[in-house]
Amino acid sequence: MNATNPDTGTAAAQSNIGPPLWLLAEVTYRCPLQCPYCSNPLDFANTENELTTDEWVSVLRQGRAMGAAQLGFSGGEPLVRPDLPELIAEARHLGYYTNLITSGIGLNEAKVEAFQKAGLDHIQVSFQASDPELNNAVAGSRKAFDQKLAMARAVKAAGYPMVLNFVIHRHNIHQMNDIIELCDRLGADFVELATCQYYGWAFKNREGLMPSAHQLEVAEREVNAQRQKLADAGSMMKLIFVTPDYYEERPKACMNGWGSLFLTVAPDGTALPCHSARILPIEFPNTREMSLKSIWYDSPGFNHYRGDSWMPEPCRSCDEKGKDFGGCRCQAYMLTGNADNADPVCDKSPHHDRILAARRAADHATAGLEDLTYRNTRNSREFFRG
Amino acid sequence: MDQTPRLRPGFRFQWEPVQNAHVLLYPEGMVKLNESAAAILSEIDGASTVTEIVARLEARFPEAGSLEDDVRAFIEDALQQHWIMMV
Ligand code: SF4
Ligand code: SF4
Repeated sequence: MNATNPDTGTAAAQSNIGPPLWLLAEVTYRCPLQCPYCSNPLDFANTENELTTDEWVSVLRQGRAMGAAQLGFSGGEPLVRPDLPELIAEARHLGYYTNLITSGIGLNEAKVEAFQKAGLDHIQVSFQASDPELNNAVAGSRKAFDQKLAMARAVKAAGYPMVLNFVIHRHNIHQMNDIIELCDRLGADFVELATCQYYGWAFKNREGLMPSAHQLEVAEREVNAQRQKLADAGSMMKLIFVTPDYYEERPKACMNGWGSLFLTVAPDGTALPCHSARILPIEFPNTREMSLKSIWYDSPGFNHYRGDSWMPEPCRSCDEKGKDFGGCRCQAYMLTGNADNADPVCDKSPHHDRILAARRAADHATAGLEDLTYRNTRNSREFFRG
Repeated sequence: MDQTPRLRPGFRFQWEPVQNAHVLLYPEGMVKLNESAAAILSEIDGASTVTEIVARLEARFPEAGSLEDDVRAFIEDALQQHWIMMV
């Protein structure tokens, strides 16, 4: 199919690289909240140079022409961009399925309606907990919870599917039953209970966030029981529980393979194979300097971990490498100092002891919420000043 | 009883030229459809009953013979997956 496309240029290189079906537009790193598990880079305050409306429109058009069908607007908090309705309208017009991933802060009924007119397909509202005290403590904001509830309801009332996301960690993992019951009462269609992945601020705060094995076991039992209850009641609510890979013996097939489906564009136009890849010592291309097509098919950054010729042992001779691609490059880098290594989650990795140590630490952790480093500009400046 | 199926809110059915296939899009998900699934979904418009859908498909694909069972099986499955709902 690509070979018949007159303007592909590099047909040979493209023959075994599939199109980027998912485009994540991180339109800004700005955000009114301060979640200590935020996946934004620690030095986000250093990234000011956001793409303009026209530059985003060009990224959207190029991505769509290459075959991207799912589009996420995320951040930071995408609502801080005043041109969001314009970008949504353009995206819908191009034929994307457009997802807005928001904390709900800064949202109101009028905006929900305006986005719908513009053609937005879905709004995901993220929560920090099932009760106001804990939610607001985690979010670092006093009014967040009520606002989120109101917005979740407004989204549903406008006819969107209600998609709720709860980031789970050791301070709220005991709330599974409450969270699921709250979602059921709200009439949620999809609920994602996502235990933190330890990137960005969450890696910095890992000890204070990671649940213990026991906590996780209890939570899994509760979620399964609730799932059964929902099924028995004929509920259409879909419950997705993402457990932390730190408790697995095999790594996740990160991003379904490097540069295989996902393309993230960061606020300043940097193109990344996943939103956390920025931390890697690899040079990534910028949409201001290169077409999205050359970025995806030809740039050294995107080709760096395609295929498996880059793999050292134990992955190189492992018969599971086609399944998990050696796991997550960022995790390998953060935990072993070399992004080529097997993801230490794998029990064949010589660095697996680092995962075991984190599990042991989680058994004995005593840090309270007040001990976490909150994601805010002041703390971020400290990271980039060094 | 003859029911009228529709796509669940937030689900969209469309043709994707690059994948050379119809897909079903939903919050953070996408399924690539085979030709028969796509043909059935293309007739689900929230106004036609299952019987009408069968009739239209049989007219579109006269060489296929009776499609009643296939269509009902697909609709059953799509209901279970919560892709569609009855009006
Ligand atoms: S995780 Fe929290 S702080 Fe980070 S962008 Fe989302 S809402 Fe803002
Ligand atoms: S050794 Fe590498 S390829 Fe094999 S299972 Fe572990 S991470 Fe995956």
